[in-house]
Amino acid sequence: MKKDVVQKLGFSLIFLCILTTVFFLGTIIYFIFVKGAPIISWDFLTKVPRNAMTEGGVAPIIAGTFYLTLGAMIFSVPLGLACAIYICEYSPKSFIVNIIRISINNLAGVPSVVFGLFGLAVFVNFLGFGVSILSGSLTLGILALPLIISASQEALVAVPHSIREASLSLGASKWETIKRIVLPAALPGILTGVILSVGRVAGETAPILFTAAAFYKRGYPKNIFNEAMALPYHIYALMTEGAHPDKQKAVAYGCSLVLLLLVLFISGFAIILRQRQRSSYAQ
Amino acid sequence: MHNKIKMQAKDVDFFYGKNQALKNVNLDVYANRVTAMIGPSGCGKSTFIRLFNRMNELVPHTALCGKIFLDDLEINNPSVDPVDIRRRVGMVFQKPNPFPKSIFENISYGLKVNGIKDKAFIGQKVEDSLKRAVIWGEVKDRLHDSALKLSGGQQQRLCIARCLAVETEVILFDEPCASLDPISTAKIEELILELKKDYTIIIVTHNMQQAARVSDYTGFFLLGELVEFGKTQDMFTAPRNKKTEDYITGRFG
Repeated sequence: MKKDVVQKLGFSLIFLCILTTVFFLGTIIYFIFVKGAPIISWDFLTKVPRNAMTEGGVAPIIAGTFYLTLGAMIFSVPLGLACAIYICEYSPKSFIVNIIRISINNLAGVPSVVFGLFGLAVFVNFLGFGVSILSGSLTLGILALPLIISASQEALVAVPHSIREASLSLGASKWETIKRIVLPAALPGILTGVILSVGRVAGETAPILFTAAAFYKRGYPKNIFNEAMALPYHIYALMTEGAHPDKQKAVAYGCSLVLLLLVLFISGFAIILRQRQRSSYAQ
Repeated sequence: MHNKIKMQAKDVDFFYGKNQALKNVNLDVYANRVTAMIGPSGCGKSTFIRLFNRMNELVPHTALCGKIFLDDLEINNPSVDPVDIRRRVGMVFQKPNPFPKSIFENISYGLKVNGIKDKAFIGQKVEDSLKRAVIWGEVKDRLHDSALKLSGGQQQRLCIARCLAVETEVILFDEPCASLDPISTAKIEELILELKKDYTIIIVTHNMQQAARVSDYTGFFLLGELVEFGKTQDMFTAPRNKKTEDYITGRFG
């Protein structure tokens, strides 16, 4: 065969793969949108559920997801960032550090339901936080940790060695260099990682199944020791339990759409940030 | 006065792991003079000048034997804080490495990390340093633009200004023109000649014409050894060593 024929064939195949991927993504969004859009209204977003969760809105559920996600980030961002700084900037490249690195990467591969069981054993039972926003947040935070650490590591490593040397050569200490040069330069990358993990955490069901989620709870959660309803678990609950399957299904699709839009919005924000980071290094 | 020794290397051996990069180097750097280090790639000249501000410590698995002096201070003594040395011995690197910050912040950074908070003083110092590095006219209207928007030659002069702002006593230039065009190179050479009134300057260069143009003293390195050291004029007209002669006449390297 001639070279250009092979090339065209290759490119066509690759294009087909892209089409397939985009098709699936498009279908998911379309399907959720068509099924979920009719129920979405201002009331749906701002009112509490009524009549066995078949009427009214899902505002407390959105709030629950918000609290859980926020809690997870408050816990995991400082911890993850500190780990990443230690690994990248301070730790000697030793055997032990390699083990730490591998452990963190493996943590990312642990199934989320296992995190849920861990949360149940440690936060709910052993530490006595009960089924609560606190327990759920901590569990989700641990799930997010490896994501945040590896994103932060990548962002820190991407900061050129030459500007660290420049800072040190001016009489800055190592800590000043990290604080005033390295972290600001890495910030967009770190934020991208944080936001992507927000998207992931907001959509997780298994970790909150035993640690935070309530099937039904009247009104909004009052404090961090309350159980809470959350979007992903609410969808699951509506689809598997209750006496009005059809009405519940409609609400479930509405919730799916809200969750999907939330995550898409957050990811879109992350993409914009990443582009800003790229342009800040453009020489 | 003219032959006051500012920095000094005594019996210096330097190792990267088991590789010996410098072998028994002894060299005096005279105050307010330009001392050039020449030699083929990998001869140890960059490694050598990075000893003068303890920059090699950032590279893992390295070891130094021998002593480096700044005036009477033995700078490689473990009790000496490298931060204190770098406040007295500045460095301009091979590739321009401005911070991804504004032009103003690039210069003020060194002042801030050295504990200066007076805004008026910092503003004046930024202006003075940029003027001294002959880049003020090109940047005075856009001090708050990103330094990364400048051309390579401008970035390198900005890096020199950044170094001048902290008022060191010595400036190390590590192949400062390696990535620059001839016009930018000429500007920086001119600047170096101007700066030696107030600073002691050590410059590593691949370019022998550059060494001949800017330096008062030259050291020729080969395979980690200082083959010859002396007045630049003498070295380029009547080298004592056969290897030096071969190198500067372009027979190898």
